[in-house]
Amino acid sequence: MNPISRSRCLVALLALSACSKKPSNEAAPSAASSALSTASAAPKEAGPLKVAFAYVGPVGDAGWTFAHDKARREAEAKLSGKVKSSFVENVPEAADAERVIRDMVDQGNTLIFGTTFGYMEPMLKVAADFKDVKFEHATGYKTAPNLRTYDSRTFEGAYLAGVVAGSMTKTKTLGVVASIPIPEVIRNIDSFTLGAQSMNPQVKTKVVWVNKWFDPPKEGEAAQALLDQGADVLMQNTDSSAVLQTAEKAGKMAFGWDSDMSKFGPSAHLASAIINWTPYYEKAMNDALAGTWKTEETWWGVKEGAVDLVSLSDKVPAATKTRLDDIKKGLKDGSFVIWKGPLKDQADKEILKAGEAFDVKALRGINFFVKGVEGKLPAAK
Amino acid sequence: MNELALLIASAIASGTPLAIAALGLIINERAGVLNLGSEGLMLVAAIAGFATAVHSHNQALALLAGAGASALLCALLAGLLIWLQTNQYATGLALSLFGSGLSAFVGIGYTHENLGAHPVTGLPGLSRLPFLGPALFSQHPLVYFGMLLAAFSSWFFFRSKSGLLLRAVGESPEAAQALGYPVRWIRCAAVVAGGALIGLAGAYVSVVSTPLWVEGMIAGKGWIALALTTFATWRPARALLGAYLFGGVTMLQLHLQGRGVSVPVELLTALPYLSTILVLVLISRNPRFIAANMPASLGKPFHPGA
Repeated sequence: MNPISRSRCLVALLALSACSKKPSNEAAPSAASSALSTASAAPKEAGPLKVAFAYVGPVGDAGWTFAHDKARREAEAKLSGKVKSSFVENVPEAADAERVIRDMVDQGNTLIFGTTFGYMEPMLKVAADFKDVKFEHATGYKTAPNLRTYDSRTFEGAYLAGVVAGSMTKTKTLGVVASIPIPEVIRNIDSFTLGAQSMNPQVKTKVVWVNKWFDPPKEGEAAQALLDQGADVLMQNTDSSAVLQTAEKAGKMAFGWDSDMSKFGPSAHLASAIINWTPYYEKAMNDALAGTWKTEETWWGVKEGAVDLVSLSDKVPAATKTRLDDIKKGLKDGSFVIWKGPLKDQADKEILKAGEAFDVKALRGINFFVKGVEGKLPAAK
Repeated sequence: MNELALLIASAIASGTPLAIAALGLIINERAGVLNLGSEGLMLVAAIAGFATAVHSHNQALALLAGAGASALLCALLAGLLIWLQTNQYATGLALSLFGSGLSAFVGIGYTHENLGAHPVTGLPGLSRLPFLGPALFSQHPLVYFGMLLAAFSSWFFFRSKSGLLLRAVGESPEAAQALGYPVRWIRCAAVVAGGALIGLAGAYVSVVSTPLWVEGMIAGKGWIALALTTFATWRPARALLGAYLFGGVTMLQLHLQGRGVSVPVELLTALPYLSTILVLVLISRNPRFIAANMPASLGKPFHPGA
């Protein structure tokens, strides 16, 4: 315990002993217990803010978890001295998650991040038990007074990648290795397809689900199946670099996802759709430090610097690059909208008329494939 | 048509590590030693091979390193099972768990490494044949090694004197000893040789088919290989075909999805395991069938003094 926090404890004890003088003899034990709880709360305020992260994969996955961990380190460095962070990796999206998050509270962390959709129920449970701890849940949709959500508009990166894919494909067939059929992933597949169709309206997208976020051998096999069926540009909404490596082996093209993967497939790599969590982590930690933390649902994208398409290959034509810059500019100033009419779904049913656009709520709940995506959507989980 | 050829090609590629591991396990089991450590051994070999590839940039050396690491652990296993006569089931399972943990620990620093992809050229000339070229002749050399290994094992077990001796040790070690053969050393050699093949299969996964290292990346292939030995009733050719069949089921469900056919993915993913259980049920219910194929002393420790 550092000197400051010790003096704060003393102040708290003095204040409480002053109070306990008032009523009857019953007051003594209750004063003692409240003094204890105050004393245990005091170091949290005095020392650096203790922040913990629960990750679904290993920090070395080169994708999703790697991007979160990079942002954790960067945010901590920017707030040097004021924040002390720790993480637990490979936390399964099940009962184990609750145990790990409870441990984090026990270890004195007062701001806890859960970085995958499947932690939603465990975090809700733990948040209800520890009202003075703040919880941040990535990609979820349930909140509580001390639990808020944050997410990135990854579909903007998927759309930008689609623009590149549409300008590069020769077979007019794209392939997506998809993880789990939740709105986020469906929206990304759709956006990728819309981006490609903006360059070449005849482009079709084939989809293979592997039902896991992280299973490199299976992701690789799924990628191979898509290449076998004539896809020449691949994208993935899974967490490893296996899809890119499979494309590299086969002499085809692919993208990096979540973080810059250019080194995993130097000739196959067209670009990486990355998520930069640093601006949000810095904001969240600042909110907690300044006491301005309140329940919100944050959804940042290209505009806030949370999503980008980086490390563009030299093979990408100059016209496409200009187009990408225009779209990014439009996303930043709000003049460019990805999900707007006229828009048809797979069955040719009109979803949006010309001039209409999706609001955030509709965007969040997308559960259909747009026209041009082949394959049926598995039953929602 | 072309897609069918590619489906066959990827089924064979995906079945190859299963086939090589299963052939290694058949050598173990034909000699009477049950090796339940295959999953852990493949994981250790996968990281050993991957690490070697990262530092040496030499694929052949990496595959050898994987085989060597697994053979080394199998020598340890042989010492425990054959000389100290520990329970084969418990020791094998312990080895598997140990291998999983060891590989995860050693691999911590390697999860972010990249080998770079080696394009596979296939067999010169033959790979240009229509249909057969893309289906059969455009594979990694280890795929052909797997095929030759199955053919060689068949010849070895049923046509060579050494193979007969190996089977004798697995059927009736007492009789083999009475004839003056060093039963323990023959079993030990079989365990180590089989272990090297299991390791080769593990290294193939991390060095050739998915060139990266991830904790637990063997993902049950060791267990499937173990089931395959029974599925194949300890016959090398059947093990090879069974491995291709399992590889084919995996790839088929991915292909069907790509074609837009609605398939119950979870059920198809479980198919290799379900079919293994089905075969186990079928052959185990037929005592004559299982007696004709299963090494009679499989899993039983041998006491030379008795």
